[in-house]
Amino acid sequence: MTGEKTGFGGVRAQLLAPAEVDRSRKPWIDGAVRVNGRVVPRISTRLSRRDAWGAVKVRWNIGRDSYAVLPGLYAVGAPSPDSPVLVSANYKLSFDTLRRSLAGMDAWILVLDTKGINVWCAAGKGIFGTEELRRRIEAVRLAEVVSHRGLVLPQLGAPGVSAPQVKKAAGWTVVYGPVRAEDIRAWFAAGRRKTDEMRAVRFRLADRMAVAPVELVQAWPILLAAAAGSLLMALPFTSGFGTRLMGTLVPLLGGVLAAVFAFPALLPWLPFRAFALKGAVLGLVWGVASSLAAGVIAGITVARGAGLTLVVMSLSAFITMNFTGSSTFTSQTGAALEVRRGLLPMAACLLLGVGLTTASRLLAL
Amino acid sequence: MKLSYLRNGESLALDPERCRGCRQCIEVCPHAVFAMDDGRSSIRDRGACMECGACARNCASGAITVRAGVGCAAAIIGGMLRGTEASCGGSGSACCGSSSAGRS
Repeated sequence: MTGEKTGFGGVRAQLLAPAEVDRSRKPWIDGAVRVNGRVVPRISTRLSRRDAWGAVKVRWNIGRDSYAVLPGLYAVGAPSPDSPVLVSANYKLSFDTLRRSLAGMDAWILVLDTKGINVWCAAGKGIFGTEELRRRIEAVRLAEVVSHRGLVLPQLGAPGVSAPQVKKAAGWTVVYGPVRAEDIRAWFAAGRRKTDEMRAVRFRLADRMAVAPVELVQAWPILLAAAAGSLLMALPFTSGFGTRLMGTLVPLLGGVLAAVFAFPALLPWLPFRAFALKGAVLGLVWGVASSLAAGVIAGITVARGAGLTLVVMSLSAFITMNFTGSSTFTSQTGAALEVRRGLLPMAACLLLGVGLTTASRLLAL
Repeated sequence: MKLSYLRNGESLALDPERCRGCRQCIEVCPHAVFAMDDGRSSIRDRGACMECGACARNCASGAITVRAGVGCAAAIIGGMLRGTEASCGGSGSACCGSSSAGRS
């Protein structure tokens, strides 16, 4: 035993040394706390290199579907029965962000089973919801651990949780904390009051770029098709194959890369409100610019350039339309409208573009 | 910079007669759609509303209604293909997880 802390209610919470905890468990569990005869795993507020590497990987869509922590109750610092209970999702990126923000604090963390999905998306589906919260409070017998009946939820859990219902059905009072975990300490320090800033979802350049790589990984069928198409256009393997290949490949791949990386960067400044239209504009600009360049360098014709531009516009519109799912301000009504009105023109544009490009090759236009 | 989108907030409705002025809608709204007006909540910026449903679900007096849903094209296309409501795919989770920048 390494330390002891007396809770405000006179109940003792004991800190156990790491050696007394089953070390076969996760590396971010750095000990345990014994309270009212219960042993609660204690988590570290420091992220290891492995945690950081895990975060990089999920940003590139690697192992993202299984990046989860075990739901249940955890301790941070040396909490007493009077310490606050913070509720989180079991997506490890969310969980890591939260625990890193709690350095120096004493608190309980109640991790809900959100199937490894972040708070906001899970709340949107109702998985981070009233029912799961009620179930988890029961499952960990939270009432035996803390002396109060208050829960602090991330504000973005609100689309899934009904505070009035939690109060009525389970007797717990839900308070919605700040949107971002980084504001939690300031929020507590201010007497659990949110500033407008803490309440607002942001979508700044850094936020937008952080979610971009996933789009690239998810665009792999498009990348593959673009590469295959470019190869076909460049055949046969005679002299000038490389130049011909690049003349098609660079406009196409560049268009996909622009849709994935330039689009989120330029989002606030691109014209129109529909993401697909913004993406089509971006595709048009890139398509024309790269076709002109390819005309000078690789000698592609006007027909070929026009065909490639149409293909790039449709691909860009499709990829950027899907960015609505990564954005923080799009409504379902608007996204549905965009999908209904957009898919047919995109398909038509793609077919026309592929047709024109192919004809330019076969008929040497 | 304020980002705006198509048809935002179209289905949001607030009944001032039923509002008890508890400010919960202001607490949960991520886009500052509501403001207090003489002890009652009012819709200040409808165009910023993404129809997430947080306000309606947490309004104790049932004064707010909104057609809530995920504003995600991939989910809507998935719903069209499966012939179901628009919802993020179960196992292949197309969007979820990607949009959690810095959130807890």
